[in-house]
Amino acid sequence: MADAYRALLGARLRAQTSYRASFALDLLANVGIGLLEFCEIYVIFHNIDVLGGLDWQEALLVFALSNIAFSLADLGFGHLDELPRYLRAGTLDAMLLRPLPLLGQLVTSDISLRRLGRTAIALVVLAYALPTAVADWTPAKLLLVLVTPIAGAAVFAALFVCAAALQFWLVDGGEVANAFTYGGSYVSQYPSSVLHVLLRSFFTFVVPASFVAYLPTLVLLDRSPPTGLPAALGWCAPLAAMAMSVVAAAWWRQGIRHYTGAGG
Amino acid sequence: MSAVVVTDLVREFVVRRSTGRLRRDKQVIRAVDGISFEIALGDAVGYIGANGAGKSTTIKMLTGILVPTAGTVQTLGLDPVSRRRELARGIGAVFGQRSQLWWDLPLGESFRILAALHELREWQPRVAQLVERLELGDFLRTPVRQLSLGERMRGEVAAALVHSPALLVLDEPTIGLDVLSKEKLRVFLREERTNHGTTLLLTTHDMTDIERLCDRVLVVDKGRLAYDGTLTGLAATMGAERVLVVDLVEPRAALSDIPGTRLLSVEGGGLRQRLAFTTSAAAVLAAVADRCEIRDLTLEEPDIDDVVRKLYARGGR
Repeated sequence: MADAYRALLGARLRAQTSYRASFALDLLANVGIGLLEFCEIYVIFHNIDVLGGLDWQEALLVFALSNIAFSLADLGFGHLDELPRYLRAGTLDAMLLRPLPLLGQLVTSDISLRRLGRTAIALVVLAYALPTAVADWTPAKLLLVLVTPIAGAAVFAALFVCAAALQFWLVDGGEVANAFTYGGSYVSQYPSSVLHVLLRSFFTFVVPASFVAYLPTLVLLDRSPPTGLPAALGWCAPLAAMAMSVVAAAWWRQGIRHYTGAGG
Repeated sequence: MSAVVVTDLVREFVVRRSTGRLRRDKQVIRAVDGISFEIALGDAVGYIGANGAGKSTTIKMLTGILVPTAGTVQTLGLDPVSRRRELARGIGAVFGQRSQLWWDLPLGESFRILAALHELREWQPRVAQLVERLELGDFLRTPVRQLSLGERMRGEVAAALVHSPALLVLDEPTIGLDVLSKEKLRVFLREERTNHGTTLLLTTHDMTDIERLCDRVLVVDKGRLAYDGTLTGLAATMGAERVLVVDLVEPRAALSDIPGTRLLSVEGGGLRQRLAFTTSAAAVLAAVADRCEIRDLTLEEPDIDDVVRKLYARGGR
């Protein structure tokens, strides 16, 4: 099965890089998107000194962690929002006639390397913010910096899968689904403490966006979260990712069942 | 083991339509309504019916894309939905309306990927054989999106056969092709069946496909099986007539007195005459030869489109 996926992935990568000019432009456009997102936070801090209890460097840390996670998930799973198009074109039926799981085929069907442009911007910001914001380093903090983006990417990937599964029921419900994926991404790049407590709880315990960047950042800064949440939550990104993945897998399976008409 | 066993197959769809500002009506449509048939390995079966008769729905249930509402399906001895991935190794499918190839990659690349998907080790000889017999060599390096429809369809057929499936399902394989491309494809499919014993199941609106490729016809109408048997049998059931066209050496008065025939037309002042009959062509020919000298003749087989249309009309109302 690994060979099969390698062949699918290899084919995708070759197809993209074979049109060099267009690939370069795409990559540049994604660097642009990353820069624009950065401009937004820059403009905010041009006018204020502290946002949600974090200063400029500290907020940048949240921004960077969130963007790395999201851009990595977007790279692998972002194209799942094309599912309605696949449904209409019958591409999905063709995939069902191949001896591989559907989700695996979908993920490898359109990996978009151009999205690494946004990852690159986020990495630069991280490299700038980490040494300035974090005072005393411990091995544990180093581990946290490495694990958080991976767990965050898994959280967003799971959100993409959930959003895609929703498409099996909603014909053309792409925008509803985007509210959770791109909405979650937007929320996660700012300190959740700026949100109303209800919204904050929603983006922590329903859509676990706070786990992606804000809560781990607080651990890195030796701060405790507002409203008396335990500081240990900053370590729970992998748990959030696992929980989210379980939900996503179950939901996806239900979606397929609905599509094939077995239930729902 | 049979290629396909279908028993009392039913598939319903729920259609919702708005009947007021907020009210919506639920309507259950039976796309497939209690179909049973069996296809032996190595058979070639044509599955025909009007648009919306339930052809594609049946095919989707046979291949594991759709779950039956009731009844059972076994394809290559497997339950199609729960053993979908296993079944995929034994089935090849060509859908005339949608592509299974990678549109932005060279055609040859698609074969390579498919071989990897099916975990084939010695796939090069098989692909080389398909490339040669379907004449794909000239455009193997061309991206699929730049291929003509005829080239692409040949590519699709090759792609469906890379893993040498026991059952080949063709959904409108010749749609949109010109006469020559259609014929080439049919010749290839017949050879493939002879050489590999591949079971063919095809849906089509082109009756020549059925005549050339299938020993057996299933006619589905409004979700029910309206006919199961040979193509000639179908024509006979419906009382379809064949037509003998004779060109005579000398003009002759209308041949209206040949037993068992019906004179359709007299052309060229009696030089060409068309006779419809349901009995033996030899008897009719002998009777004509008794009366005059024949220069040339052609035999027109019944128009199956008409036969099927009649069948629908009979079964429908």
